[in-house]
Amino acid sequence: MKEDRDPIRDITDIRSMMERSTKFLSLSGWAGVLAGIYALSGAFIAYRFLGFEPGEYIYDPLYTDGGTFNLMHIVFVALVVLVLAVITAVFFSYKKAGKRGEKLWNATSRRLLANMAVPLVSGGVLVLIFISKGFIGFMAPLTLIFYGLALYNAGRFTFEAVKYLGLIQICLGLLASCFVEYGLLFWSLGFGVAHIVYGIYIYYRFEK
Amino acid sequence: MKISVNGLHKAFESRIRLGIMSALAVNEKFDFNSLKEFLEVTDGNLASHLKALEKEKFIDVEKSFVGRKPNTTYFMTEAGKKAFDDHLNALEILINSRNRNKN
Repeated sequence: MKEDRDPIRDITDIRSMMERSTKFLSLSGWAGVLAGIYALSGAFIAYRFLGFEPGEYIYDPLYTDGGTFNLMHIVFVALVVLVLAVITAVFFSYKKAGKRGEKLWNATSRRLLANMAVPLVSGGVLVLIFISKGFIGFMAPLTLIFYGLALYNAGRFTFEAVKYLGLIQICLGLLASCFVEYGLLFWSLGFGVAHIVYGIYIYYRFEK
Repeated sequence: MKISVNGLHKAFESRIRLGIMSALAVNEKFDFNSLKEFLEVTDGNLASHLKALEKEKFIDVEKSFVGRKPNTTYFMTEAGKKAFDDHLNALEILINSRNRNKN
């Protein structure tokens, strides 16, 4: 008989195990802030130095005089932003997981990634197909919408705030598809500003 | 049924067994290695606790193969779910009665 057991400690243990085994909480607010800064820098470079200003849904270099950009340069900048953001997220999560005595690659992080991967890969492939067909105007709306769907899905397996970040991205994506000439602006709001605000929120709420 | 005076089930006296049940209560299933990671215990230790819960018919095992490697996943049975809920209720009653005694 162990009569000296503390039922409150038992409940705390149960709650913590339920949370640890369902949610991956080693996402870092700093990674969000930095991802936002990369996105804003990328958008600025694309707009200012590469002349990326798609005003139409379909871009045809022969008939559209709106922009004089080289599509390959834009895709390259976008990929650099993506790779930097992913590396940063993995690095900060690795450090945070270590601090929390968890592994980066565990059942919850695997589940989180698997649930994000389906919308992200479908969206990514669709965007590439659209780019190859010249539907440049859909780049910003579609990346926002599919990223938003991935985050909304991911919200069940990490901080709930991720779910709301996803909804914001979806709304911005839908707006961007109505006002295609402001595509880059909406993209900067979603991938830039929203990430920074989310990152600061996570930092103050859970890390400070 | 091995239930102690205050309604707490004996099977849940061990912290590790309580941990296994908590994890399986909110997850459809878990494989051995994931459970080991969450609970931070050795193979032998975890295996013996899982065996004990299996004997009570609180959890069940599903054996399959991932490639050539055998993979064992555990899930909670209906009886396990009920026992775990009862245990939570018993804990609640215990905490409430303690609070009453304090006041």
